[in-house]
Amino acid sequence: MTILKANFKYNVSWLIIMVAGFYLMNTLMLMGIIDSFIENMLVVIGINIILATGLNLVIGFAGQFSLGHAGFMAIGAYATAIITTNSATAGGFYTSIVVGVIIAIIAAIIVGVPTLRLRGDYLAIATMGAAEIIRIIINNLQITNGPSGMFNIPQFATWPVVYIMVCVTTILIANFVRSRAGRAIKSVREDEIAAESAGINTTNWKLAAFVFGAATAAIAGSLDASYLQTIAPTNFGIMESISILIIVVLGGVGSLTGSVVAAVVLGILDTALQNFGTLRMVIYAAALILIMIFKPTGLLGSHELSFKHLFSGTKRKGRVRS
Amino acid sequence: MLSVDQLVVNYGVINAVKGVSFDINEGEIVSLIGANGAGKTTILKTVSGLLRPASGTVTYEGHEIQREKAPKIVAQGISQVPEGRHIFAGLTVKENLQMGAFLQSDRANIATTFQTVYDRFPVLKERQNQDAATLSGGEQQMLAMGRALMSRPKLLLLDEPSMGLAPIFINEIFDIITAIKEQGTTVLLIEQNAKKALSISDRGYVLASGEVKMSGTGSELLANADVQKAYLGG
Amino acid sequence: MEASTLQTFFQQLINGLSLGSIYALLALGYTMVYGIIKLINFAHGDIYMLGAFWGYYVINFWHFNFLFALLSAMLVGAVAGVIIEYFAYRPLRHAPRITALITAIGVSFLLENGMSYLYGSTPRDFPQIIEPVNYHVFGVLISNIQILILVTACLLMVILQVIIKKTKMGKAMRAVSVDPDAAELVGINLNRTISFTFALGSSMAGAAGVLIGLYYNSIDPLMGMTPGIKAFVAAVVGGIGSVPGASIGGFLIGLLETLVQSVGLSAYKDAAVYFVLIVILLVLPAGIFGKNIKEKV
Repeated sequence: MTILKANFKYNVSWLIIMVAGFYLMNTLMLMGIIDSFIENMLVVIGINIILATGLNLVIGFAGQFSLGHAGFMAIGAYATAIITTNSATAGGFYTSIVVGVIIAIIAAIIVGVPTLRLRGDYLAIATMGAAEIIRIIINNLQITNGPSGMFNIPQFATWPVVYIMVCVTTILIANFVRSRAGRAIKSVREDEIAAESAGINTTNWKLAAFVFGAATAAIAGSLDASYLQTIAPTNFGIMESISILIIVVLGGVGSLTGSVVAAVVLGILDTALQNFGTLRMVIYAAALILIMIFKPTGLLGSHELSFKHLFSGTKRKGRVRS
Repeated sequence: MLSVDQLVVNYGVINAVKGVSFDINEGEIVSLIGANGAGKTTILKTVSGLLRPASGTVTYEGHEIQREKAPKIVAQGISQVPEGRHIFAGLTVKENLQMGAFLQSDRANIATTFQTVYDRFPVLKERQNQDAATLSGGEQQMLAMGRALMSRPKLLLLDEPSMGLAPIFINEIFDIITAIKEQGTTVLLIEQNAKKALSISDRGYVLASGEVKMSGTGSELLANADVQKAYLGG
Repeated sequence: MEASTLQTFFQQLINGLSLGSIYALLALGYTMVYGIIKLINFAHGDIYMLGAFWGYYVINFWHFNFLFALLSAMLVGAVAGVIIEYFAYRPLRHAPRITALITAIGVSFLLENGMSYLYGSTPRDFPQIIEPVNYHVFGVLISNIQILILVTACLLMVILQVIIKKTKMGKAMRAVSVDPDAAELVGINLNRTISFTFALGSSMAGAAGVLIGLYYNSIDPLMGMTPGIKAFVAAVVGGIGSVPGASIGGFLIGLLETLVQSVGLSAYKDAAVYFVLIVILLVLPAGIFGKNIKEKV
C-alpha cells in the first residue's frame, strides 16, 4: 500500500488515462465503430496483456526464465470454469477468480521453491515440465471433465470487466516493479551473487516475483474461460507458454510498456492474418528468430513509457535510469 | 621475427593495452614483466589471434597477422602455453599431446615430435594414458608446454609458466625454457616472477597499466634500481 | 504364479529397452550439443520429426528399403542440424544464453508449424516396410521390430562412441567441449568442430525418427515435442555432456515410462518423466556420469 502512495502522482495520472480510455472505447462501441469482431480482438489483447506483463515480471525483472506460465493460467481457467458452472452468479465468478489465484499461488510456491535455484536453461525446462505436470493432472481429473474440456461456461468476463482487470493488474505490477521489492528483484537479475552479498534474500524475492506472475496468469486464465466459454487442457500446453513468451520478447524483456505494445500489435496482426492459419505461426516463429539475432532487446528494449520523465522535467538530466 | 607496433586492445570496456610496441628477434628469449593487470595476457591473446586489437599491428615474418584467426596463426608456427595450463581434462596425456599436433599431417613427423617431447618431459611418457586432470600442477604445466611444442612452433608464447608451482618445479621449468630456446625455438615469456624470467632472457620489456615503461637486455633490467624496487623485491 | 510375474518383468524390460534405445539416440544429440556450446537445442526433437517424415516419403514414394531410409534420414538430419546451427545459433555464439535459448525455441516452433502448414497436422501412418513377426521366448513376446530397433540403436551408439574416442574430429569435439580457447590455441577450428557435432547428433535424431516410425507406425508434425523433452531429461539423468550417460539415461527413461504404463498409470507416463527431471535437477544435478561444476565467485 505504501508503494501505491509513494507513486501516487503517477498512479493517478495513469488511472486518469485508463478511465479516459474506457470511456473512449465505450463510446466507440455505442457508435458501432467497434463491432463485436473488434471487441473480441480487444478482449483477447487484454488477456494477453495480463499474461505478458506477468511473465515479463518473472523473466524480465526477476531474470527467471520460466516457461510454465500456461500451467498457472490453466489453474485460473479451470477454477472459474468449475465454480461458475456450479454457481452461475457474478459472486461466483469473482470468488472463482480468488480461488484460482490462491491455488495458483500455492502451486507456484510448490513449483518455485525447488526449481528457482536452477540456472537459466535448466529452469526453463523444469518450469516447462512443471506446467505440463499441471496440465496432465487436469487432463485426468473427473472434475475437470478430462481431455474433452469444459464448455458452456457462463460468461461474466465482458469487455469492461477484462478492461478493468487489465488496468488493475498492470498498475499492481508497475508499482511492484518500482517499489523496494522491485528494486530488490532487479538487483537479483543483474547479479545474483552481488545481491546476496548485499544481504538481499534472493530466494525469497525470486519466489515473490514468480508467485506474483503466477497469480496474474491465473486471473488471465479465469477471464479467458469466462469470455471464450470453452476450455480444454490442450489450450494450456507448451505452445501457449511459448506464445506468451513471444509477446514478451517482441516487446522487450524488461519493459512493461513493451509487453503492452507487443500484445496490441500481435493481437491486431493475429486478427488480420486470421485466414492464414498455421502460416501465421510460421511467420511469428521466423520473426522470433530474426529478432533474437538482430534486435534481441525487442521493440522497446528495457525502456518504459513513463510519467516520471514528464514530471521530473529538467531534473531528469542528473537522474540515473532505474 | 615478431613485431608489435602501437597495439591497442580493449577488453570489454576496459582499455587494457594502450599502444604497446616491442620486437622479438629469431632465437631470442624475450620477457614481458609487470604486475597483474598490466595487459600482458591481453597482448599474448592478441598475438595468438584470440583477441582482435582496436588498432595497431602484429607483424610476423613479414606480414600482418592481427586480423587472422587463431587456428591460422597456429598453422604459421606460433604456439601458446596459456596462463593456468588449460590442459584438456577428460582426455589422456597422450590425447592432449595429439591435440597439440592437430594441424600436423605427417605421421612420421608427429611420431618424432612425440619422441622429442617425451625425452624432454619423461613424466609425460610415464603417465601417457592417464586422464590429464589427474596430474599434479607441475606435471600439467609440462603437459601444456609439451602440447604447445607438438606443433613444432617457431615462436613459443608462454603465459605465466611458473604460476602456482612449487619452487622445485619452477627451476625445472625455467631450465626447460632455456633448453627449448637453445634448440632453436624463439620464446616470448610473460612472467610475474620477474627475477627468474629476466635471468634467462636475452631482452625484456617492463609493462605497467597497458604501456611499455622500460626495455633493455635481461641483465640490464635485472641491475636496474627501479626494476629491482618494483618487481624484484630489492 | 512366479513364472508369470517374471515373464511380465521381462516383457516390460524388452518394451522399455526398445523405447529407451530411441530416447538414447535422441539424448546423445542433446548431450553432445550441450557439451560443446552449452545450449539446449530445443529443435532437436523436431529434427527427429523431420527424419520420420523423410522416412515416410522415401519409403512411400521412392520405395526405399529400411536401410536406405535409415541412412538417408541420418543424412537429412545431419544436414538439417548443420543448417540450423549455421543460421540460428552461430550468430548468437557470444550472446547471453537466454537469447540463444529463445532462438532455439523459435527454431523448434518454426519447424513444427512449418511442417503443420505444409503437410497438415493430422497423423499419418508410417509405412510398414517390415512385416512384424512376433517371437515367443520363454513366454515373453518380442517382435522383430523391437529387435531391429535395439540392434540398430546399439550399433549406432557404438559407432558414435568410436568416432568420439578414436577419431581426430571426435577428440577435437571433446577438446572444444572442455576448453574452447585452449582448443583454438592448438589450431582447432571451432566452427567446423561445432558443425561436425551438430551433424553427428542430428544424424542420430534422424535415425531415431525412422525407428520410431517403424515402432509406433504413426507420425505427425508435433511428434518431436514430447519425446524431445523426455530425451533431454534422459541426457540430464545420465549427466549432461556425457555420451555414455546419455545412452544409459535414455534406457532408464524408457524403462520408467514403460513401468508407469504397466502399473496402469498410462495417463501420467509423461508427467512421471517430468517429475523425474525436477527431482534429478534438485538431488543430483550432475546426473549419473556428470561432473559437478560449481559456479565460482
